[in-house]
Amino acid sequence: MRLSSVRQLGVDRIAGPIVVLRRVAGMGLDEEVLVVGPGETRHGRVLELSGDLAVVQVYEGTFGLEVGSTGIEPTGEPFRLGVSDAMLGRVFDGRGRPVDDGPAIVADRVLDVGGAPMNPAARDHPVNFIETGVSAIDLLASLVRGQKLPIFTGPGLPASTLAARIAIGARLPGDERFVTIFAAMGVTRREADEFRDAFSSSASVERIAVFLNLADDPVIERLLVPRCALTLGEHLAFGLGLDVLVVLTDVLAYGEALRELSTAREEIPGRRGYPGYLYTDLATLFERAGRLRGRPGSLTVLPVVSMPDDDITHPVPDLTGYITEGQIVLSRDLHGRGIDPPIDVLPCLSRVMNAGIGAGRTRAEHRLVADQLYASYARGCELRRLVTVIGEAALSPVEQRLLAFADEFETRFVGQGRARRTLDETFEAAWAVLRRLPRSELRRLPDDVLDRAYPEPR
Amino acid sequence: MSEPRAATEAPVPGRVVRAAGAIVRAAGLAPSVGEVVLVGERRLFGEVIRLEEGVATVQVYEETAGLCVGDPVVATGRPLVAWLGPGLLGTVLDGLERPLRRLAETEGPHLAAGGAGDDDRAAGDRPVGIDAHRRWTFTPLRRPGDRVGPGDVLGEVQEGPIRHRVLAQADLGPAVVLELREAEATVESAVGLLECADGRLQPVRLASPWPVRRPRPVARRLPVERPLVTGLRVLDMLFPVAEGGAAVVPGGFGTGKTVVEQSLARWSDVDVVVYVGCGERGNEVAELLATFPSLADPRTGGALLDRTVLIANTSNMPVAAREASVQLGMTVAEYFRDQGLRVALLADSTSRWAEALREIGGRLEELPGEEGYPAYLASRLAAFYERAGRAVALGAPERTGSVTLVAAVSPPGGDFSEPVTQASLGLGGALWALDTELAHARHFPAIGWTQSYSLYLDALEPWYAANVDPAWPRLRTAAMETLARERKVLDVVALVGADAIPESDKVVLAVARLVREAFLRQHAYDPVDAARPPAVQVALLRAVLAADAGLRAALDAGATLEAALASPVLAELARANAWSGEDVLARLADLERRVADLGAAGGTGAEARAVAAAGAETPGATGPGMAEVAGTAAAGAGPVEAAPEGSA
Repeated sequence: MRLSSVRQLGVDRIAGPIVVLRRVAGMGLDEEVLVVGPGETRHGRVLELSGDLAVVQVYEGTFGLEVGSTGIEPTGEPFRLGVSDAMLGRVFDGRGRPVDDGPAIVADRVLDVGGAPMNPAARDHPVNFIETGVSAIDLLASLVRGQKLPIFTGPGLPASTLAARIAIGARLPGDERFVTIFAAMGVTRREADEFRDAFSSSASVERIAVFLNLADDPVIERLLVPRCALTLGEHLAFGLGLDVLVVLTDVLAYGEALRELSTAREEIPGRRGYPGYLYTDLATLFERAGRLRGRPGSLTVLPVVSMPDDDITHPVPDLTGYITEGQIVLSRDLHGRGIDPPIDVLPCLSRVMNAGIGAGRTRAEHRLVADQLYASYARGCELRRLVTVIGEAALSPVEQRLLAFADEFETRFVGQGRARRTLDETFEAAWAVLRRLPRSELRRLPDDVLDRAYPEPR
Repeated sequence: MSEPRAATEAPVPGRVVRAAGAIVRAAGLAPSVGEVVLVGERRLFGEVIRLEEGVATVQVYEETAGLCVGDPVVATGRPLVAWLGPGLLGTVLDGLERPLRRLAETEGPHLAAGGAGDDDRAAGDRPVGIDAHRRWTFTPLRRPGDRVGPGDVLGEVQEGPIRHRVLAQADLGPAVVLELREAEATVESAVGLLECADGRLQPVRLASPWPVRRPRPVARRLPVERPLVTGLRVLDMLFPVAEGGAAVVPGGFGTGKTVVEQSLARWSDVDVVVYVGCGERGNEVAELLATFPSLADPRTGGALLDRTVLIANTSNMPVAAREASVQLGMTVAEYFRDQGLRVALLADSTSRWAEALREIGGRLEELPGEEGYPAYLASRLAAFYERAGRAVALGAPERTGSVTLVAAVSPPGGDFSEPVTQASLGLGGALWALDTELAHARHFPAIGWTQSYSLYLDALEPWYAANVDPAWPRLRTAAMETLARERKVLDVVALVGADAIPESDKVVLAVARLVREAFLRQHAYDPVDAARPPAVQVALLRAVLAADAGLRAALDAGATLEAALASPVLAELARANAWSGEDVLARLADLERRVADLGAAGGTGAEARAVAAAGAETPGATGPGMAEVAGTAAAGAGPVEAAPEGSA
């Protein structure tokens, strides 16, 4: 990194996370600059150049900076992160500096954290099923290597726990495991600790790298955290051929940081004050997931997205859903009833699932069994609503069994508790609840599947 | 198309005075609006969008990181063009017509800004998207001495299933053929020479450039007369789009927009498909590339990719190029239309394009209209939609072609009242409204029947009468009425309970369920059911609707509804969508007869009673109860109106 000796003293304007200053000759867009204030050096990025002026966002915030004494040093480069597989097992701050007691990182490569868009024609079609050990995901919204699948959650729901369970439990055929990069954006120390504890207790701690920007850390630094995590992820996946899972939590806090910056720049807001480019900005994060043709390794992204007031139409979850390949949705109702994990199956979806399941990958009847579970559970839920109007006595015997099925599906199939289930165990659990229904109800399943799995006579 | 500026003329230099994101202002240039400029040391590709007081505002199509004030800006004298000619089919292009597969081989798996920035490409002087080295067999169809006019066919080149006609340029005046020879030629080499009226000599090449923002001219527009046959029952039978028309497909995320677009790309009865992935997912492009080469074109038997042009500007690629990608797609579609071919342009998603306009407008500090979108959103969309259509191409011999537009829209929060959906609705002739509740109930394609419509019904009726079934309008109305009555009955059920409604209403619920489950629902990945010919569709619809008469007759004959519903004929009907083979029409006709005869078969009640009795013995075979019928119906059709608020 070229450290210029040019230092310019004095800025024109300080507003929120933004400083406006006299441009240094040769200063480029997106360049990293050092902002030297009284007693500390902060970091910024050039957002805009106009005539003699430059607009710089300061990651650590501008509190304590003065107009007269603040100095600016250009670095001549965008922000770059030194990456290495020695970063696994370590903890970093939002800029990728170690904050644990370990030694300094010797970088294999130094990379621009902005990344470059993957050529869509160089991508490999995601087709490898990942067994997460969570039945509701494995059977009904299967995760596939190179996919981006968010967890939509609400305040107080255990999304981090679920993300940790997926990260620890994820296996490829041949029992191959994943390395995990955890990027905390504005989460509380408690949530971050919970996540790391889950790893320590499973002896997987050497397989995880953690980037921390906690709730009380500088807000604008949140914009850097996921980029650092994904840059390391790309190096491990496409440079070293590992299977990498990147957990980004919480995307809502990231969106709010972007909104804060946009407001300070006096940009025209889109929906709910979020900038019009929120979609594009989130896409530059999530689209870094994938696989490359002819290379081993994969980058799978699991963003955790809070829905304020459980509102899935809020711009951050809404736009996330448009970019990602499906979603896992947590339910307050199920959580309240003690069902763990509280996955609300009906709005869950995995778009790339079909290519990853079926004969030779999971089971030939995987899709059909999933469709049947969905259909019967959807009808059971509908009957619950109907019962509140007409009473349970008005239901036919079959309908009463559908009601019971919906309950069992939630408590026994979805609510698996802490145990990790293999795919075989997941299918067993599915059949255990499906057998609660008369065979004639299972209209989406062909006879040969039913004959094998259904001992009951027709 | 004017000749490129002579190479001796020095480009006019300019300097960057301001830069923010994709918008750069440059002083010292005298370009025209729409002119392509090269920005900075890396010669990033940009387009002039505004001129004021000596400063040109440029939208840059590549990543601008590292750009400095004072960097050079060079004008090219050319607007943004697409190169059109043999070699387009089977390619994957970005929004600027760069060949992505070739770039992946030469530049590595990531797209670098300025990476493919050779000056010829940027200046639009040479084709880039199409392979400049491949040789084609050119067959001349005119002779030296012939008089030709704009758009006249000069000769032919065969590419896979498609015959490219090499046309005299549309902005050419009257001319005389000086030379035209049969040749093995690349798209760049001259295969002939024309002399224009003013004495100018014009070489004939296999490929030619066209400005993407300028609609290609036609001799005359034609009214629509036949549908775009999609193979999807809900579209072909209930909400058809005309060939040369436009359909709008709005839907919240997870409702299956992309699956519908991809089904159309696979099964539509057209000559050429242009698929624009605008601001969407990279893995979806990878999926198309992985599956299309191995899928057979249902019309020719060749690989599906051979009749397809893919344009991919994914969501993480620079935003300004998104806008260019839909214009490029339309220009490519118009090129094939002018060959006399029938083209489907599938754009997924136009909302991302509109958002690109909003993002650029915001950076320009324009006063926003609704929800931050620029005030010219509606007029831009209108200009785009109006490029679709059926037309007689310019020149001789006479050729008729069409561009049918299917535009996906991604309304935020699934709320159809937002500006892009609303502006699109006024422009498209068919609305295929994707419904979140249907998607959650796994009813696919999740095209809601209460909100969707087609304005082409009257225009298409003669075609259906001549080619499918003269009774189509009546059958369509019957299906729509059944679904509408189901909603009314369900409203009553919600108040008084399922047992309290009359038997005739229960028949409505039962028939509507058959319409939904046995007819409208269609499995996009099932080898048989994915796409059906219209004749099979209408035969199935007839059989399903016959259940109304059949069930009523059975009731009149004294059977209970439960018994009648348990009839094996109806179980057969529920699986009839999977029937295939040469005798499928005969089997469906026979099934229709037997369904209509439910009453006669049970005239003495014998069959129905026997079935009911069998059901009573086996616990697993009880006939479906009424609450269940109502229940799934509610899951499928009930909350359609509530979708805008409660969905996505």
